Amino acid sequence: MKLAVASGKGGTGKSMVAANLAFTLAWTGNVTLVDCDVEEPNLHLFFPSPATTRDVTVPVPVVDDSLCDRCGKCGEVCQYGAITVLPDRVLFFPELCHSCGGCMLVCPKKAIREEPKRIGTLSCSAPLPGLKLITGTLDAGNPHAVPLIREAKKQAAQDSVVIFDTAPGTSCPVIEALDGCDACVLVTESTPFGLHDLELAVDVAARLDIPAGIIINRSDGEDTDTLRFCTDHDLEVMMTIPFSRDIAAIQNRGDLLCRVRPEWQKDFCALFMKCRSLAGVEQ
Amino acid sequence: MKICITAQGATPDARVEERFGRAPYFILMDSETESFEAVANPFADGAGGVGPKSAQLVIAHKAGALISGLVGGNARAVLESAGVALFAYRSGGSVRDAVHEFRNNTLEQAG
Repeated sequence: MKLAVASGKGGTGKSMVAANLAFTLAWTGNVTLVDCDVEEPNLHLFFPSPATTRDVTVPVPVVDDSLCDRCGKCGEVCQYGAITVLPDRVLFFPELCHSCGGCMLVCPKKAIREEPKRIGTLSCSAPLPGLKLITGTLDAGNPHAVPLIREAKKQAAQDSVVIFDTAPGTSCPVIEALDGCDACVLVTESTPFGLHDLELAVDVAARLDIPAGIIINRSDGEDTDTLRFCTDHDLEVMMTIPFSRDIAAIQNRGDLLCRVRPEWQKDFCALFMKCRSLAGVEQ
Repeated sequence: MKICITAQGATPDARVEERFGRAPYFILMDSETESFEAVANPFADGAGGVGPKSAQLVIAHKAGALISGLVGGNARAVLESAGVALFAYRSGGSVRDAVHEFRNNTLEQAG
C-alpha cells in the first residue's frame, strides 16, 4: 500500500505522524518511509543512521555552436522560455528548463545534445530492522523539486508498504508525491489557518481521486470548526492528537512519541488499519 | 531610433506597465516621429519563462531601447546580449510621457 501524509498548512505534524507510523509498523513488518519534502527533508533527524547517497540529475540541452545556424526553432518550441536564439548566439537558462527534450527533437542541424545536470541527492538508509528510509534532498536554489520527488518514489516502487511524507501546500511537489497513492492522510490543527489549508488539500486529493482521511493534531479538545467541515464533507477523523507540552518536548529533542510513550503505538496501529480500509486493501 | 515601451493599453495614451514579461502591450515607437505600432503580448498570461520570450519578441521587432518598470534577470540577459538599452520608468505616467522623458535624457538607464 502506498500512503501519503499531506497537510496543506505547514507545521501541522506531517513528519511527526509519518515517522511514528513508520516506527510502529517496523516492529511487525517491512515499511519504507520516503521523505518527499525535498526542499526541507527532516525525517532523517528522527532516524539518524549511515546512508548511501547518490546524485540525481536531469538532462539539459547543450548547443554545439559549430553546427547551429541560429534558425530559432528550439526557442520557438520551448514552452518555458529556457532557450533564446539571438542572431549571433543561443542563450540557455537552466533554471527555466523542464528537461522535455523538445529542443533536441526539433533541431534540423542536430546541434543539440543533452548532458546530465545535478539537481540534488537521494539517500537510502536502514535505521531499524524493518525500516527503509529514502530521503530526497534538493540542492539549495534549485527550482526543480518534481523530478527529484519522482526519483525518490521510483526508489520505493517495488516495496509493499510505503509512506510518503509530502511537502506542505498544494503545489506541484505535493501533487507529484500524492500521484498514484492508494490513500492519503491530511494532518491539520484546530486553527482557522489549519482549516483553510485543509480545505485546499481535501480538494486536491478529490481531484486526484485519492481517498483521504483526517488527523487533527494539537487538538484544543473541541475542534468545532474542523469537525463540522469533516462531517459536511464525509471525511473520517482517523486520529486526534492533543495539544500537549509533553508531546512537544519529545518532538523538539528529535525523539519519537511512540518510542518514549509506547502506549501510542496502538493508536498508530489503529491509524494504519483505518488507512488500509480507506485504500480498500483487504485486511 | 525605434523604442519599445511596456503599456497597459494599445495607444501612447495608455499607462506604462511596470512589469516587463507580463505587460499587456508593447508599444513600438519611433522616438523622432512618434509614429507607433502596438503589439499585444502573447505571453502576458503565460505560465512561465515569459521574460526571455517577451525579450525575444522585442528583439524581433528591432527595438534599440526598452522602457519598462522592472526587467527580470533572464529577460535582462537576453536584451543586453542583443544590445537593447534598458531604461526604468516608474512615475505612473503614459507611454507618451515616458517617451518625452526619454527624449529629454531624464530617464535612468537600468543596468
